[in-house]
Amino acid sequence: MPVKEILGKMIEFDDDGHLKNLNDWNEEIAKELAKEEGIAELTDRHWLVINYMRQEYQKVGDAPSIRKLTKESGVDTKELYQLFPKGPAKKAAKIAGLPKPKGCI
Amino acid sequence: MTNQQEEIKKVSIIVSRGSLDGVYPGLILANGARMEGIEANLFFTFFGLDAIVDKRMDKLSIVTVGNAAMRLPWGQKMPTWLGAIPGMAAFATWMMKKEMEKLDVPPVREFLQMIKDSGGEIYACKLAMDMFHLKKEDLWEGVSDVLTVGEFYQKAAGGIVLFT
Repeated sequence: MPVKEILGKMIEFDDDGHLKNLNDWNEEIAKELAKEEGIAELTDRHWLVINYMRQEYQKVGDAPSIRKLTKESGVDTKELYQLFPKGPAKKAAKIAGLPKPKGCI
Repeated sequence: MTNQQEEIKKVSIIVSRGSLDGVYPGLILANGARMEGIEANLFFTFFGLDAIVDKRMDKLSIVTVGNAAMRLPWGQKMPTWLGAIPGMAAFATWMMKKEMEKLDVPPVREFLQMIKDSGGEIYACKLAMDMFHLKKEDLWEGVSDVLTVGEFYQKAAGGIVLFT
């Protein structure tokens, strides 16, 4: 299992590069994870998506589909792809400290 | 992460069939590509054009006649003659739409808009347009362009091509 040091803490990742333990996550870690994905600064709009995803994950056990996310978070598809340019579902889940989403949509 | 293989950067998907089950795989592949950060082009040709003809795209249906894989709701194989009974295609279409909605798969128009908003491109085949006497005005507003086969290959250059 890959282990990386982030902000002085040893953190475990799964084989997809997502956080192994949900509890390792906090907002400071998220900012560091975002930088690794090429997002220099997390804006309020990024946080809206991240928090919504975490909330859904805790409720359902999987990250929401893009359709659900755009309908319920208030961030539309166009903006979502601007916020997370290289694949919103995976990137946002990664930054939110969640496993890779299981859905196809 | 071990990833020796070169990643796919672009897909161009040809949709040649106009039934609901003929159209969806292409849409799911295109949307899935964009979700992974892969560039996606959709090219609609022959009966696949129905999916981007504004007046037809909301009325695509399942083919029940001559569909050997068709099953009844309780899982038993459907006798092929049953598929020809009036109302059967409408019933099967209704069933499939219901099941897809459960899986959060959007209707065709909404799905295409989603792909478009995510940066995917949607094209119509010129030859098929001419053959079916269709004009640009007949197409859904989100269609980027009408292309010849040669132009399609130019757009597809450097990526993989999938035929559905």
